[in-house]
Amino acid sequence: MTNHILQYVLYLLILVLLAVPLGKYMYHVMTGERTFLSPLLRPVEKGLCKLMRVDPTQEMTWKQYALAAVMFSAFGFLFLLLLNLFQGVLPLNPEGLPGCSWHLSFNTAASFVTNTNWQSYSGESTLSYLTQMLGLTVQNFGSAATGIAVMFALIRGFTRVKSTGLGSFWADLVRVTLYILIPLSIVVALVIASQGVVQTFSPYDTVDLLQPVVLEDGAAVTRQVVPLGPAASQIAIKQLGTNGGGFFGVNSAHPFENPNALSNLFEMISLLLIPVACCFTFGYGVRDKRQGRALFLAMLILLVAFLGIAAASEAGATPQLAQEGAVGISASGAQAGGNMEGKESRFGIAASTTWGVFTTAASNGSVNSMHDSYTPFGGMVEMLQMELGEVVFGGVGCGLYGMVGFAILTVFIAGLMVGRTPEYLGKKIEPREMKMAVLVCLATPVAILIGTGLAAALPATADSLNNAGAHGFSEILYAYSSAGGNNGSAFAGFNANTPFLNVSIGLVMLFVRFVPLIATLAIAGSLAGKKKVAESAGTLPTHNALFIGLLIFVVLLVGALSFFPALALGPIAEFFQMIA
Amino acid sequence: MKTLKEYTVKALVVCVALTILCGVVYPLAVTGICQLAFPKQANGSIIEIDGKKYGSALLAQEFTGDEYLWGRVMALNTGAFHDDDGSPLLYAGPSNKSPASAEYGRMIAERVEKIRAAHPERADEPIPVDLVTGSGSGLDPHISPAAAEYQVERVARARGVTADEVRAVIAEYTDGRLLGIFGEPTVNVLEVNLALDGILK
Repeated sequence: MTNHILQYVLYLLILVLLAVPLGKYMYHVMTGERTFLSPLLRPVEKGLCKLMRVDPTQEMTWKQYALAAVMFSAFGFLFLLLLNLFQGVLPLNPEGLPGCSWHLSFNTAASFVTNTNWQSYSGESTLSYLTQMLGLTVQNFGSAATGIAVMFALIRGFTRVKSTGLGSFWADLVRVTLYILIPLSIVVALVIASQGVVQTFSPYDTVDLLQPVVLEDGAAVTRQVVPLGPAASQIAIKQLGTNGGGFFGVNSAHPFENPNALSNLFEMISLLLIPVACCFTFGYGVRDKRQGRALFLAMLILLVAFLGIAAASEAGATPQLAQEGAVGISASGAQAGGNMEGKESRFGIAASTTWGVFTTAASNGSVNSMHDSYTPFGGMVEMLQMELGEVVFGGVGCGLYGMVGFAILTVFIAGLMVGRTPEYLGKKIEPREMKMAVLVCLATPVAILIGTGLAAALPATADSLNNAGAHGFSEILYAYSSAGGNNGSAFAGFNANTPFLNVSIGLVMLFVRFVPLIATLAIAGSLAGKKKVAESAGTLPTHNALFIGLLIFVVLLVGALSFFPALALGPIAEFFQMIA
Repeated sequence: MKTLKEYTVKALVVCVALTILCGVVYPLAVTGICQLAFPKQANGSIIEIDGKKYGSALLAQEFTGDEYLWGRVMALNTGAFHDDDGSPLLYAGPSNKSPASAEYGRMIAERVEKIRAAHPERADEPIPVDLVTGSGSGLDPHISPAAAEYQVERVARARGVTADEVRAVIAEYTDGRLLGIFGEPTVNVLEVNLALDGILK
């Protein structure tokens, strides 16, 4: 027990200690200042810009910036769609896997350009090395860089006065990829590969079984498949870019994706590192570090609370597992104990639960344990973090701009209470910003609830369920929450590879990615055009405990009002059935 | 209209450049370094002795014999992968069952009964939880030291050796937590069984 608490505390501590300097570094990348990697990377950056005829000093209006982001994603989508459809006739396919169905291809393409990485496919048995490398890995970089670039544009919106420019999307994209994503990915990829994550282009290996397995029909299986591929390079970026799409079907629970406690430490910290750093980048960017710290603290408080609930629930396991004492579920020096269904022995409760809470806080969605097999409240916490709109740190860049949407909502509500015009970071918040902020905040709940409602009403959906009753409903709710938060994790027993589910989940992912993205840029554009208002006695400070409390309250209020009825039918009902 | 055309062309160019950089240069560079620096790990941690591949140290095999250490419950999958001659290859996945359902309770009760029957020496002890549960990958190569200790007498009885001899082999393939803090202590089931058979020395 003591060890587990120590693990939880250290995971959080390491994360924050690394994120603070990274946040400052990312600010330097945003402004194009010199960094310690510049001697190496500046020539590459210049060469790339010249080759692509990108002018780094170009100033785009918000509409141009949005157009660039959308067009870039559109080509990524198209390219990935074609790769999926035609992988069967393309090279680097040693297993001879056929092309994917149109609806699975659509789903996977939507999933990866939206930084969701929902896995309707199962990597090792569906996708060729070429698709994984040239398609998925590239979109892992592209979608993450897009999110961070949009956050940069938003920061510029707050700092610029009577201006129309938000910077160049192309230059931001190149810088983020070159200076942030690629260097971090190389470090993480090499560390995890040294521990046993595979990285090769050889075809799958086979080995003999020490004890042959006799099947029910009497046939003996004497050999085992050893799936391989260029996994480490993809896993590094899927963690760092809050993407989460695994090289293998079971994601980072697979021993070849995450072989031991060291690889787990690197992957788990990576998955929340950039989203946390974004808070500090924001503080530097708006030239008031306290503002970044306030958003960070609001997110951290929510994260710690959710982690506490999930940790207690998983350690307590369930009566169905404990069998009135016949099964030993208490933690000791010789076993992790707790709810080990769907969890790996090398990770136990602490490293699994921390990952589960981190990955649903960040809109990462990679898993090192199976969320479908969590206890009712453990699973509910994960669902709720996605339903809150992925603002507990959230996706790289997009988590931060989502939270700024909530901050704008908060100053507006506070302004109503005292009867003053709301302002945030020296800019007046007027009807146009409010409309856009509401779009940012409500896109997620609307998409999740409509999607879940439709899917639950459709009789055919029942065939996709892996569990009956309340947990079955939770599987549907989780799927749409995951898509609606651009998260990508799953109650994985749910078979989402059907035409209706692939298409509807794909549409939800596209909607919740691009509506808030465009709305955020609209806010940025409108703010950039305004003058700064001087701080007065009537200004609501947005860096103190009161504001942090209000912000948390607003986030929970929107989430609770939207989702309490749905959660009551799923995890809450399951909890009461469990103890009955 | 001019902007739209210009941005479309630029988006295509940037997309292609990024694909080459992140989809070709980056994975190839990482593969090159890994194949040079740690070829064993990068190729699946295969346990190969005298030219015969006995398994991967990271992938579980299923053991049911009394003379072997048993691992996590495996949901076997023999339909997804096949050998060149068409015979099925072993693979496995997670159960994805809710641990809070009545159906799950019945399934665990059955496993408890089976494990109890095979371990009369341990009749009064609770069964370590990882022996009755499936893992996240279905291929978890480890169990906890508690789960290994629970099986010591059974394995010793089946092999006609002393319990302490079995314990010594288990201890050999037990790893502690990283820095004494992170993760959980583990016993590698396949390695213990290969050592018990005298293959791994």
